[in-house]
Amino acid sequence: MSIKLTAPLTEDKIKDLKIGDEILLSGTIYTARDSAHQKLVDLLAENKDLPFNVEGSVIFYVGPSPAKPGQVIGAAGPTTSYRMDSFVNTLLKVGMKGMIGKGPRSQEVIDGMKKYCGVYFGATGGAAALLSKSIVKAEVIAFDELGPEAVRKLKVKDMPLIVINDCKGNDLYIEGQNKWKEK
Amino acid sequence: MREIQVNEISKIIKKLSMEASTIANDQLIKKIKESEKIEKSSVGKAVLKQLLENFKISKTDKTPICQDTGFTVVFMEVGQEVSFVGGSLQDAVNKGVSEGYTEGYLRKSIIKDPITNPKNTGNNTPSILHTDIVPGDKVKITLLPKGGGSENMSRIKMMKPADGVEGIKNFVIETVKNAGGNPCPPTVIGVGIGGTFDYVAYLAKKAIMRDFGDRNKDKQIAKYETEWLEEINKFGIGPAGLGGKITSLDLFIEVYPRHIATYPVAVNIQCNANRKKSIVI
Repeated sequence: MSIKLTAPLTEDKIKDLKIGDEILLSGTIYTARDSAHQKLVDLLAENKDLPFNVEGSVIFYVGPSPAKPGQVIGAAGPTTSYRMDSFVNTLLKVGMKGMIGKGPRSQEVIDGMKKYCGVYFGATGGAAALLSKSIVKAEVIAFDELGPEAVRKLKVKDMPLIVINDCKGNDLYIEGQNKWKEK
Repeated sequence: MREIQVNEISKIIKKLSMEASTIANDQLIKKIKESEKIEKSSVGKAVLKQLLENFKISKTDKTPICQDTGFTVVFMEVGQEVSFVGGSLQDAVNKGVSEGYTEGYLRKSIIKDPITNPKNTGNNTPSILHTDIVPGDKVKITLLPKGGGSENMSRIKMMKPADGVEGIKNFVIETVKNAGGNPCPPTVIGVGIGGTFDYVAYLAKKAIMRDFGDRNKDKQIAKYETEWLEEINKFGIGPAGLGGKITSLDLFIEVYPRHIATYPVAVNIQCNANRKKSIVI
């Protein structure tokens, strides 16, 4: 049974989520990946405003392919998350609550999610055409010059995700893989 | 000599670029279907079902299978009796890539200056062109859009001859194990053994072009392919790294003679989209 969640998130909405929970996410989320993360963290270091309200925000690690005429967005699956690890705690500290990506996170990030109550959702890497179907609106709101790496504001409806890391420091990759490892 | 106009090559590359990124090959669809039946983990099964559903959507909507439509790697086996006329072959390949990626609404992922300037070239060029000169008057073109996520998990090592085949095997297996869920499993593993530092990586990339079940002609190497794949699928990494039996779909080894002092090995990991498209002209 999937859990329906709406972004922006609050601690109340996510504190009871457990690893392995299947989520259908709706609401407003933002995209950012390698270069955009550097820029966001630079803005914070200079005490400048971010291009979106970070409080309760969910960041989707994605660089979509271009939309064809009539499409909201092109293919939009997750990119590998570890490349964003060094920026995460800075963003959690100022209120980010969720991340969507693929692949394991560093211990530092897992500790950060525990400390600030954040959640890491996994989307299926490779299922990019399918995931794009849950994006109903997309607009570039910052760093247009980065092309696929620009920050986009997305409106999503029932995006299929799974909880990889919860607020309690658990990790689905470790638990899932240990369960199926042949001894 | 058989003359081939390079603008013909541009047209072919354009078509291959667009098709490779949006139409999953039949072999892959069959393999994922089979894997879904074998997979015992329910989460793993669900991931494989999503991939199958994704193939359908991408084909119908002509939306890329994956948003990362890759660095465009082109392999050409050129018959030595062929002469390309009408311009530069390399330019013709890049023209085809540029047109295919632009008109196909594929993502442009190439940054011009790798060190200082994060400016996108805007048309996914340059591509990487490998040519092999072979007997005959045909040209076989294979286009392989290679995603960054799985490429990042690929490794190369100059082993000692004393490490032997056990050393090679351990390196291959450790590489896949360390990659975990990052390269979008279920993956395809290409292994190169022998040659030089540069050539071994080329061999590994060449290995991932092979078709499922197409075993190395050398029986002993074919045996390693099967055995190492079995070992990998015991780790429990599973589809999307969420735990399960199906971590890799196949493993291919390409070998070349080596220097008496060296024992190079390279592992190139390919993601679950396993995009590649060939044509013989």
